[in-house]
Amino acid sequence: MNVWLQVLVYAVAAAGLVACVVLLVRDEAVGDRVYLTLAVAEVLLLVQVVTGSVALAGTGREVSGVLFVSYLVGVALVLPIGAFWSLAERSRAGTAVLALALATVLALELRLVAIWNGAGA
Amino acid sequence: MPETAPRVTTRTELASGWGRALVFVYGVFAVAATGRSLVQLGTDADRAPLAYALSLLAAVLYLVATTCLVLGGPRARSVALAAVSVELVGVLGVGALSYAAPELFPDRTVWSHFGQGYGFLPLVLPFAGLAWLRSRSSARARRSR
Repeated sequence: MNVWLQVLVYAVAAAGLVACVVLLVRDEAVGDRVYLTLAVAEVLLLVQVVTGSVALAGTGREVSGVLFVSYLVGVALVLPIGAFWSLAERSRAGTAVLALALATVLALELRLVAIWNGAGA
Repeated sequence: MPETAPRVTTRTELASGWGRALVFVYGVFAVAATGRSLVQLGTDADRAPLAYALSLLAAVLYLVATTCLVLGGPRARSVALAAVSVELVGVLGVGALSYAAPELFPDRTVWSHFGQGYGFLPLVLPFAGLAWLRSRSSARARRSR
């Protein structure tokens, strides 16, 4: 697993989360900048699906393969679903959905790295 | 109050406004708990039968609550109320039991230690769910007369 990619995922998702929380506190609408951040995070997560699968295929360490791939794909699905789910509610609650989606990505990414390092279900 | 009279149909009443955020969290937990319990039961069911059975129960409750919140309407609301109530009892019971009798829980579940492994969200979620379902029922009562 590429450490730099992980760091980028953490950084972009955390930046998006902070931006959403600021918007929530100020009660402002989500603008293009947040959606751009979400898009960048999603691209990174899709790249991670590819590089993670390749790394899994080439590794000699004890990694639970099914678990790892399900987290790899799962973490890439959260943002599209969250963004879609928030669109129908363009209020504070919709911004909260985006914040929750980004927090979920951070949590799943942490678990993904733990599973790569040998953790079980 | 005709100006606030709802165009909102009964179908969406539970998943609109802040309910949308609640449904999202319930959905994430439904997927997480289902996945986890299936992996646990599929790979090593004998290791901690009670813990894994409770994981599966939690998964089913999250799935039911998510579905009912999305569907909306009076019947889904009462089913959601029942599911969230059982969830509250479950997380409090399992949380207390995992401290009192840790030998029953050799492996962690969604609810053990009051959901510590999930940032204590499993403990917060049923309270949020109950508060939301209560506020929705009083909002509807106000609207209807």
